[in-house]
Amino acid sequence: MSRVQNVIVGTARSALSWVPAQWLPGGTPDPLIGRHGEIGRQASRIDGEIKVRGEARFAAEVAMDGLCYATLVHSTIARGRIARLDSTAAETAPGVLLVVTHRNMPKVASPSLVSMSDPTAVGNSDLPILQDDRVHYNGQVVAAVVAATQEQADHAATLIAIDYEAAQAETRFGQAKSGARIIPSLLIERNHLSFGKAERELARAPHRVDNLYRTQWQNHNAIELHALTAAWVGDRLTVHDTTQMIAGEAAALAKAFGIPRDQVQVLSPFVGGGFGGKGMWDHQIVAVAAARMVGRPLRLQLSRESVYRIVGGRSATEQRVAIGADADGCFTALLHDGWSVMPPYGACPEAYTLGTRSAYRAKSFEILQRHIDIAVVPNTFMRAPGEAIGTFALESAVDELAHNLAMDPVELRLRNMPDKHPITGAPFSQHAQDQAWRDGAARFGWEQRAAKPGTRREGEWRIGMGCGGGSFPYVRMPGAAVRLTVRRDGTATLACSGQEMGMGTATVVVQQVADRLGLPLSAVTVEIGDSALPAAPMAGGSSQTVSIAAAVLAAAEKLPAELLRLAGNSSPLSGLRAGEVRMEGEGLASASEPARRETFRAILSRANLEEVSVTASGTPPLEMLKFAMHSTAAMFCELRVSDVTGEIRVDRLLGSFDCGTILNPRTAASQFRGGMIMGLGLALTEETLLDERSGRIMNPTLADYHVPVHMDVPQIDVIWTDIPDPRSPLGARGIGEIGITGIAGAVANAVFNATGKRVRDLPITLDKLL
Amino acid sequence: MTPVTYLRADSSAAAIALGAADGHRLLGGGTNLIDLMRKGVEQPAVLVDVSGLAAPITEAADGSLVIGAAARNSDVAAHPLVRARYPMLARAILAGASAQIRNMATVGGNLMQRTRCVYFADAAGSRCNKRVPGSGCDALGGFTRYHAILGASPACIATHPSDMAVALVALDARLHLAGADGVRSVALANFHQLPGDSPEVETMLAPGEMILAVELPPVQPMRSTYRKVRDRASYAFALVSVAAGIVVEDGRIADVRIAVGGVAAKPWRAARAEASLRDGPASVEAFVQAAQAELAQADPLPGNAFKVQLAERTLVAVLTDLAGGDA
Ligand SMILES: Cc1cc2nc3c(=O)[nH]c(=O)nc-3n(C[C@H](O)[C@H](O)[C@H](O)COP(=O)(O)OP(=O)(O)OC[C@H]3O[C@@H](n4cnc5c(N)ncnc54)[C@H](O)[C@@H]3O)c2cc1C
Ligand code: SF4
Repeated sequence: MSRVQNVIVGTARSALSWVPAQWLPGGTPDPLIGRHGEIGRQASRIDGEIKVRGEARFAAEVAMDGLCYATLVHSTIARGRIARLDSTAAETAPGVLLVVTHRNMPKVASPSLVSMSDPTAVGNSDLPILQDDRVHYNGQVVAAVVAATQEQADHAATLIAIDYEAAQAETRFGQAKSGARIIPSLLIERNHLSFGKAERELARAPHRVDNLYRTQWQNHNAIELHALTAAWVGDRLTVHDTTQMIAGEAAALAKAFGIPRDQVQVLSPFVGGGFGGKGMWDHQIVAVAAARMVGRPLRLQLSRESVYRIVGGRSATEQRVAIGADADGCFTALLHDGWSVMPPYGACPEAYTLGTRSAYRAKSFEILQRHIDIAVVPNTFMRAPGEAIGTFALESAVDELAHNLAMDPVELRLRNMPDKHPITGAPFSQHAQDQAWRDGAARFGWEQRAAKPGTRREGEWRIGMGCGGGSFPYVRMPGAAVRLTVRRDGTATLACSGQEMGMGTATVVVQQVADRLGLPLSAVTVEIGDSALPAAPMAGGSSQTVSIAAAVLAAAEKLPAELLRLAGNSSPLSGLRAGEVRMEGEGLASASEPARRETFRAILSRANLEEVSVTASGTPPLEMLKFAMHSTAAMFCELRVSDVTGEIRVDRLLGSFDCGTILNPRTAASQFRGGMIMGLGLALTEETLLDERSGRIMNPTLADYHVPVHMDVPQIDVIWTDIPDPRSPLGARGIGEIGITGIAGAVANAVFNATGKRVRDLPITLDKLL
Repeated sequence: MTPVTYLRADSSAAAIALGAADGHRLLGGGTNLIDLMRKGVEQPAVLVDVSGLAAPITEAADGSLVIGAAARNSDVAAHPLVRARYPMLARAILAGASAQIRNMATVGGNLMQRTRCVYFADAAGSRCNKRVPGSGCDALGGFTRYHAILGASPACIATHPSDMAVALVALDARLHLAGADGVRSVALANFHQLPGDSPEVETMLAPGEMILAVELPPVQPMRSTYRKVRDRASYAFALVSVAAGIVVEDGRIADVRIAVGGVAAKPWRAARAEASLRDGPASVEAFVQAAQAELAQADPLPGNAFKVQLAERTLVAVLTDLAGGDA
């Protein structure tokens, strides 16, 4: 995220703009696009049955002999040092094996901060972990207790007495704004973008809106708590963790503990929800160190409170969005800037302006994010970091402009749809958000919306409709590797260290391998969740499926040559070259003379081999740099607001998506719905109560931090264009995060339509509507 | 959680004997007490489980209903006599917590549950006069959305979180308390205490006493309801709630009972509102006037000033609804 990176990415982009598309990955569309096979079918989750039976083993359930248990102790001040720490009572409490503090913690370097260029850099914080007596934020780990049982560890943790010497700490968002810094880039995008003279265009636009929007702190609340079970045998380390970055974590642990990479194995076959929160935090380092110190396998399952204290969430933001438009509603200026938190020891820039760069055509743009430093647990990636809240501000502003123009908000958006990237001019790989808008509006019954706010009511309830656009960039991670094995019994296995967090990754991998190899679904298995397998990238940025798919494609391109070599001269395939055969009908067939064919079984039997394997990596994701690639959506909401109490009840939601090929309608629909429900939480209920006096999170429980409950969730309809992206593997783009984008805007706009009140401050709680 | 000895009482006499000792605490369904023990807020040495005591729901000769303290919240809400005669009570209970919690929670435990003030719950990191008398109150100047607008003191601004208790107070419930010296009966309306200088004293239960039963006097048939306003559709505590019943005869209010929840350290019987309505017209103006009469005493904080208006509106809406077409 440096200036250098801006230059490199910028140079690569302009160089690529001269390279003919056919030379790049995706230059010739993936042959599976448009073929009817397992892809696109509603396959059931392959791990559904064992999960329903309770047989799936999660990280905190792995049985081990001699297991001991750990509990963390957290600081209660925001900044300062530990003046006195008395652990005598804890050390002599029943069952206690060890108390870890900065006094006895081995020297361990913190993992390097997450970086786009280094897959082993997976740290969310680079503060020292129990290395000294310093406290940097309220909730930081200051000690850990290890005991024979969890209850003993929990109790002993309460017996540790600590006196602090508090130092001055900035814990107030508003106060810290004056010291904001401007970083050169947001992930791989340049931060500051200035195109045309936006302020001037805005000033002279006949129609304009210019407002501030605020979003609150949010915390991760995956139902499965962060947990790991760690065991050392000599210098070999095995860690059962719940993580979305298996390979990266193995590398980071090896580095932190000074052992070769192949002596660390991280296993994470099932993750009970990640959403960006299941990365590396202090607890893995503490647990692995403590396991080595006690010489026993150790489990650390964070309490819900500990998750809140040491796992960051979504930063609060203050965003300004201004739009200028001409008499026809065409945008002449689009400005988006603001403040969010990124402490110097954190890695997540909360890129809320990213979506704005490609959402609408405009004559001029001015975009800039400022980052402020306050003493808090470093914020991190949380489902569509940036876009989830950026689209709230942008889509509210568009709605406000539509109201001023007395124009239908869908029409205003259609009028400003871009036909290429509005700033860089790069061509879209595929873009049918306009169709998503039209299909969604028709299906939702948008024409029933009353143009005048506050006019529909039933009893004490005012009824309104709103919409919002959503978007999320296509990301394919470099470096995904897979091993593809075909066996004599006619089965095949795809192995890589990918992570299954409930999204359906493993299921979709099986579907595509079946199609690539011409095998029935039942003949294909997948091995994932193990760092000993070829390294898959982390599950993040909605990129995992296409990243793995590119590697599967590469492996499937390698396999025919291997098989032809084995087939030998007595095979009907004899004499054919790899480029002349296809994999279909459980074997190889000549592309031009389909009668010349032989099954995998026959080839391997004749060769007297049990199996043949190829390992391959995906091509570098250059398509991302040449093309503008985005999943997009149109969200619709109908809700009621009580005139008496200001309570909001959402009655209907519809998401209309343009995300490339939908690989599995069942798992995709559940990703979309899940994202949309999380969007409701963002819009209406969720808020971390960060006490600005102390920097302390005051609601670290699911009772006090309100995620939507069943009764808050209405009927949710999801539809999609299903138009393949010719530039991506399988024609697919990411679908995991787009569901949360656009929702908060749609809800806020529906509230305005119902009541005539514009709330620019999330969550929209009832007091804001009284 | 501090190690604790678990005992089970097989009779209320045994419970009183066991529960009286220092550091001993009665245990109902445990849905509140165990949570607070895990957080280090409560640290009893001995738990005396009273959740297994007989808890019949019986009709007395005078028509009142007596509910044993160990009765489960869900059993009370589902009881035919409760549903027929005291529907606002059934509604209030069902508006609280979740089905799972209501299945565990007892009537005694519900009345004795502690405040949900987040600073009270943060034993490690916050000051609280209720938890540690004299230590200060971090809620003042902090998050006060769920805090009191009525009857608070500079020492404590916490609210009592029970929904059930709000309906019970409106229904003139009495509690049977049993101690070493025998059984006494007190009005629930007097049971919970306002904080004053000693927020650690929450009820009039004497050391060694327990709640034996709740007694609901017979009521004349009336239109009644319970309305709860909260931050999500279910599974959240009340910002404001209203339990109300009303009898309108010839356009005049013959009987009215109102209690408000989420606003004070006790379920708040709205005596001033009732007085202003009794024998008067059942009109929206009268309801507004009554609500304002009650809330004139409100002393809100920056974070919860909206609750005054919210309470007023909810009161007016509930009464208007109950008065039906007449209003
Ligand atoms: C997540 C969550 C959400 C909730 N939401 C709501 C809500 O919306 N509305 C609501 O009203 N409530 C709500 N509750 C609170 C719930 O109603 C209480 O936890 C429950 O009623 C307590 O009953 P219990 O039997 O489990 O009490 P316990 O936890 O067993 O005990 C609570 C207290 O009562 C004392 N006690 C128990 N029995 C007696 C007795 N017979 N005599 C004297 N003292 C006794 C105990 O010593 C203890 O101090 C919620 C609770 C949770 C955890
Ligand atoms: S309001 Fe009462 S319970 Fe809350 S912190 Fe203050 S004294 Fe404690």
